[in-house]
Amino acid sequence: MKFGIIVFPGSNCDADCYHVIDQVLAQPVEYIWHKSNSVKGFDALIIPGGFSYGDYLRTGAIARFSPIMQEVTEFADKGGLVIGICNGFQILLESGLLPGAMLRNDSLQFRCGPVNLKVRTNKSVFTRCFDQNEVIKLPIAHGEGNYFCDQESLRELLEFDQIAFTYCDREGQETPDSNPNGSRANIAGILNRRRNVLGMMPHPERRAEDLLGGQDGARVFASILQSFEEGCR
Amino acid sequence: MFLGKVFVTLKKSVLDPQGDTVRKSLHTLGYSMVEDVRVGKYIEVRLNSQTREEAERELDQMCARLLANPVIEEYRLEVEEDDGQ
Repeated sequence: MKFGIIVFPGSNCDADCYHVIDQVLAQPVEYIWHKSNSVKGFDALIIPGGFSYGDYLRTGAIARFSPIMQEVTEFADKGGLVIGICNGFQILLESGLLPGAMLRNDSLQFRCGPVNLKVRTNKSVFTRCFDQNEVIKLPIAHGEGNYFCDQESLRELLEFDQIAFTYCDREGQETPDSNPNGSRANIAGILNRRRNVLGMMPHPERRAEDLLGGQDGARVFASILQSFEEGCR
Repeated sequence: MFLGKVFVTLKKSVLDPQGDTVRKSLHTLGYSMVEDVRVGKYIEVRLNSQTREEAERELDQMCARLLANPVIEEYRLEVEEDDGQ
């Protein structure tokens, strides 16, 4: 399974994602520069974290109009697997591939550290290697991760089981105290209706090996691989 | 030449933690009359459109497509003639 990692000026988690796909998942992986006009030959695309275009105007707002994002949108429209992490999530929101928008953290502080997450649905190609409602730990690092959507969008996210991860305490309770940024309904990651696009603020690539504290993050990528291999059979 | 002025603010229904923090700070300075503060963006765009109407129409498109995010923000624009100085 061949992975592509989209690189914008200001991306800074691209090498971490590359390492995990190459060394942990042991799959072929290539960088794709944002000026490229093709995603041909790739089976899944990763939009990594960072500060694309210096977060000018709004996070992800400029990256959205990069030549490559047109290709990413077509790839997703055809059912291709796309995962956006942190800034990648923000770009997917700005692109309209996922509903909602990001606001500045309610604390106004950049939040950096491990958080507990609840796997709200394991019925997706990105979360199938987790148990339903399992509590996992992944690091976050963002200043604008305060997920916002209107009441109608939230109702749809719930109705169609599109909430992938929520911030929670150790017991899996989605309390205000365990919400690091003020996100609506403690949302940390969401799927599109078709379930082939995932956006998440926490960084699975930063906790994919025991050396870095655990392997919870590796299971996101393992889920993608497993889904792909089953689809090929 | 025309000068477009774009004011982007968060929608009323969206909480503005930055504005809230500024409001508290103003209270600390003794400005107890301050009821509410909303922080937004101000963008100047110089256009060589043929007419003011054209400039307004194009600027409105730019706001809808890039300058503002309709999910969380609203905008207001003004266009005036500008000699480029």
